Amino acid sequence: MNLAGTINTRTLPLLVTSVLFALLFGFGSVSYDNFFSVQVFLNLLIDNAFVAVVAIGMTFVILTGGIDLSVGSIVALTTMVTAALVEQQHWSIWVVVPLVLAIGSLFGLLMGSLIHYFRMQPFIVTLGGMFLARGLCYVISIDSIAITDPTYAAISEYRISFGEEAFLSVSAIISLLTLALAIFLAQYTRFGRTVYAIGGNERSALLMGLPVGRTKILVYTLSGFCSALGGVLVTFYMLSGYGLHALGLEMDAIAAAVIGGTLLTGGVGYVAGSLVGVMILGVIQSLIAFDGSLSSWWTRIAIGVLLCAFCLMQRLLEQGGSNLGAIFSYWKKPAEGSAPAR
Amino acid sequence: MKNTLSQLTRSHLFWPCVTLVLLCLANVYFNPGFFDIEVKDGHLYGSVIDILNRAAPLMLIAMGMTLVIATRGIDISVGATVAIAGAVVAALIGGSLVIKDGVQTYVSNVPMPLAIVAALAVALLCGLWNGLLVAGAGMQPIVATLILMVAGRGVAQLITEGQIVTVYYEPFFFIGNGFIFGIPVSLYIVAVVLAVLLLLTKRTALGLFIESVGINPVASRFSGISARALVFWVYAFCAVTAGIAALIITSNVKSADANNAGLLLELDAILAVALGGTSLAGGRFYLIGTLIGALIIQTLTYAIYSLGVPPEINMVVKAIVVFGVCLIQSPALRDLLMKHAFRTGGTA
Amino acid sequence: MKPTPVLVMQDICKSFPGVKALTDARLRLFPGEVHALMGQNGAGKSTLIKVLTGVESPDSGQILLKDQPIRPESVDDAQKLGISTVFQEVNLCPNLSVAENIFIGRFPMRGLAIDWKAIERDARKALLALNIDIDVTRTLSEFPVAIQQMVAIARALSTEAQVLILDEPTSSLDEDEVERLFDALRELKRKGIAILFVTHFLDQTYAISDRITVLRNGEFIGEYPAAELGRLELINTMVGRDIDEAGQAAKSASSADRPTDRPFISVQGLGAAGRMHPIDLDIYQGQVLGLGGLLGSGRTETARMLFGIDRAESGTIAIDGAPVRLNSPRKAVRQGIAFCPEDRKTEGIVADLSIRENIILALQARRGIFRYLPKRVQTAMADEYIKQLGIRTPDAEKPIGQLSGGNQQKALLARWLATEPKMLILDEPTRGIDIAAKLEIMDLVKTQCRKGLAILFISSEMSEVLRVSDRIAVLRDRQKVGEIDGKAADEQSVFRMIAGAEA
Repeated sequence: MNLAGTINTRTLPLLVTSVLFALLFGFGSVSYDNFFSVQVFLNLLIDNAFVAVVAIGMTFVILTGGIDLSVGSIVALTTMVTAALVEQQHWSIWVVVPLVLAIGSLFGLLMGSLIHYFRMQPFIVTLGGMFLARGLCYVISIDSIAITDPTYAAISEYRISFGEEAFLSVSAIISLLTLALAIFLAQYTRFGRTVYAIGGNERSALLMGLPVGRTKILVYTLSGFCSALGGVLVTFYMLSGYGLHALGLEMDAIAAAVIGGTLLTGGVGYVAGSLVGVMILGVIQSLIAFDGSLSSWWTRIAIGVLLCAFCLMQRLLEQGGSNLGAIFSYWKKPAEGSAPAR
Repeated sequence: MKNTLSQLTRSHLFWPCVTLVLLCLANVYFNPGFFDIEVKDGHLYGSVIDILNRAAPLMLIAMGMTLVIATRGIDISVGATVAIAGAVVAALIGGSLVIKDGVQTYVSNVPMPLAIVAALAVALLCGLWNGLLVAGAGMQPIVATLILMVAGRGVAQLITEGQIVTVYYEPFFFIGNGFIFGIPVSLYIVAVVLAVLLLLTKRTALGLFIESVGINPVASRFSGISARALVFWVYAFCAVTAGIAALIITSNVKSADANNAGLLLELDAILAVALGGTSLAGGRFYLIGTLIGALIIQTLTYAIYSLGVPPEINMVVKAIVVFGVCLIQSPALRDLLMKHAFRTGGTA
Repeated sequence: MKPTPVLVMQDICKSFPGVKALTDARLRLFPGEVHALMGQNGAGKSTLIKVLTGVESPDSGQILLKDQPIRPESVDDAQKLGISTVFQEVNLCPNLSVAENIFIGRFPMRGLAIDWKAIERDARKALLALNIDIDVTRTLSEFPVAIQQMVAIARALSTEAQVLILDEPTSSLDEDEVERLFDALRELKRKGIAILFVTHFLDQTYAISDRITVLRNGEFIGEYPAAELGRLELINTMVGRDIDEAGQAAKSASSADRPTDRPFISVQGLGAAGRMHPIDLDIYQGQVLGLGGLLGSGRTETARMLFGIDRAESGTIAIDGAPVRLNSPRKAVRQGIAFCPEDRKTEGIVADLSIRENIILALQARRGIFRYLPKRVQTAMADEYIKQLGIRTPDAEKPIGQLSGGNQQKALLARWLATEPKMLILDEPTRGIDIAAKLEIMDLVKTQCRKGLAILFISSEMSEVLRVSDRIAVLRDRQKVGEIDGKAADEQSVFRMIAGAEA
């Protein structure tokens, strides 16, 4: 697809986001010593790998015009189940990881089915899912369970080096692979295009004979899978399972998707944009950490301000979108072509 | 007799009331002294009073949320608003130790009434912001209020400078812990807000307009109702109820915690509204039903506590309630059951 | 013209509960022709198309495609058989690229991936075949509706269609765009595709059609070569000649009073590009001004501009001689204008509210939130109107959504009468209600008019317009073509005006 070269209402938010990221990173480089380095950039990826994976799943849901509030809780549940099975039952990682991925997917599948078959609002269903998954964490244990399994520790500490002073963690690599797969899924498969079609106009999608119901259910399943995968990455990162892990992650994921140029009304956006969105959230955190004098709560405020700015921009583009037809009026004479003849 | 019974079951308050009664019975089963109320130092004490007292903030916010949901909207920023308003009032009152007439007393940093007004004004500001985004910019309500939900706790921490601000000023504790004629002050506040709301929605055209806009915004506009202004002020009002709730919460725990004050309160409030019989799709709303919904949530929490189960598991129960309520409200399920009933009826 | 039709529909019958939508309907389509399907609202055009495209299944009758009987089960099914449809509203996804819209649902694959190169190549080819040269990688919503319509046609044709059904494809296009579309249709004709064209625009029918099939009340009236059927004859066949005699009688009895000299509302050059050519109207108190014209002639557009729903781009409005700006319904209501919209369900009633609440809604909206009518007054008012207008309901507390259409309409009238308006705009007040209720509503209109209201009356039923109107402004193709005296007019004179100069 000819994505490059055309700047329009679809690509503009993504472009703005990318420029913003560059500006923020540039600002950091000028303001603080040691900020401008490949490793600071790669650390953004390492520290936010799980957020990125979760945001990718969320992007698909939002593209259909839905929303998934359960992602943070599923991440927590995944860490909890993993920790319990690995530490208390001494199961092998090779059994546990596929199992938790299946649990996350099943969770999403059930929520998607409720949304599709009973025509319930995604907001409410995933809200229920959010409560349920968090509650199930505490059913397993109220306290944090540390993961001491040597395989986990090894994966957690493993670094893949690039050149001399640059490296990535296993989690970062997994998140990049997920992104690549997601881009392929979104742009080059029938499933992905149906997701976009549903977000654009669900009724039309039905009339064009597309499998709307199945795709909607699959989208929530995919989001559940991504959340579980995010949870696995959290276990690598934190080496623990805890019911309070990833609290409020759903809002970060939604914010990342919106800042990455995905329209919350569905149908418009790019998976890659969400990664940029996550990176922006990360770079804001890094900037505030480097500054030292600013407190961490500025992160939330900055995210809120960005979210607001991007939502307003989207509203403007939406309204402008209907006028775009008039601007690109190929057939009309340049002056007052559409004025009625009396 | 049969007629009155069927009339009773058709009332929108029937199922919420039945649920509440069943929950109370369950509580009595596990704790025979559930309904006992004793008088200590002229104050009423007992499980029921405790539940009512603890449910007060939720009842307040849920009433505001009822109006928002009735206009086809939703406000997920109330928890953040609670955090902000709580931080404001705690920071303004605070309390410093002085020695007056040889006795150590705490005095507030600014006069308490001023602090309370300031907190409510800040809450109102939050609501005006939401209203501006929803009614002015035309954003989806979830998205518009998401912004404040994300940024709000940051703002609250900005005010508290990341600390948990403790309040030492005694008179302020009266709001959340005091008693008047043996009954907790917070209940008087709920009663006053409820009375004002009932007056506004039943004795003025406000209730009619809100329901009309929620059921059919286009027809309402064509009838000359200024739907935008209405929606705008409804969000403002909802935030003010959150501000009042913040006063009670802050006073009750004698501190403001920007991170945890009012956490997930928005979800409880939405749940209370749904439990009370108001459709999440907007339209007809039931304030009394909402109050019962809030009491159901608090009684449920209480029951789980008294069972000795970790309170966090409460969430699982809440989730099941959410799914149950939504399934009952789902027209698709009703169609399915009807079809099934029809089929079995036909073959029999 | 070749002698063998590609598609034949024979003796199609279809009834819905309480309504017989089609009785022995017939249709023949030949390869390489544009065939217009004409008829008034409710004539059965859309049901016939639904049967043909598999949305509805017929009760009896058969469809032959190249002499083979077929029975499509869905739009998809019909398309696979070679019958493609382009609906009135563009049923595409505005957020996808042009090429994608043409091929989604049947993407060519290369291994696991969608073959975008092939899609773009083929999409360009498909559009070039319709004489459209655009960048197919651009998003659909960037293009004007006409291009989107063409993309929909390209999609419809990309399945090797033999029959192309166009259901009012021009209702949102301007003249240039229509011409563009017609060029493409002529191109398709040359390739031997049979095109069924449904429209309300007479000019367009004659501009493009080879033959015309007319339906009336679900029955087949006739099939005519377009060149041999004059406009007036066409309208007569569509409408039938059964002029309502009661209407004639009722009219001569009323409207003897002379209207005031100055119009209540005077409209000069009110118009908006793409919706309505500038129109002049004068509406007097104590008079009914009827808007005559076929569906899509700009009647509703005029009403909506007068009530401040849609903004006019040009022109002025004066009420009692003073210029006013009506840019919201609220302002129009303040000026004493009332409006019963065409779509009663979505724009008129507030379904879950009671009849009482619906009746007082507009009055209360004008009084504001705090000057609330006491419930006692509300009930008295509702009961009064229920009695006065003959609304059939056990009591005023019943949700209005549970009433029949006619009673809902009366309740809406009551809502506005309660505000004591000076002008009443009625857009299709009799649509979808039974004949007795129709007569009642028309009588109500006359009564209110006699009480001094200015009334703008819109209806697709010409006999109704003639029955109630003192004057009739005739519209055609979103343009006012003349005004005639209601007393002197009969259907023929109005139709002659609608048909235009050549009749």
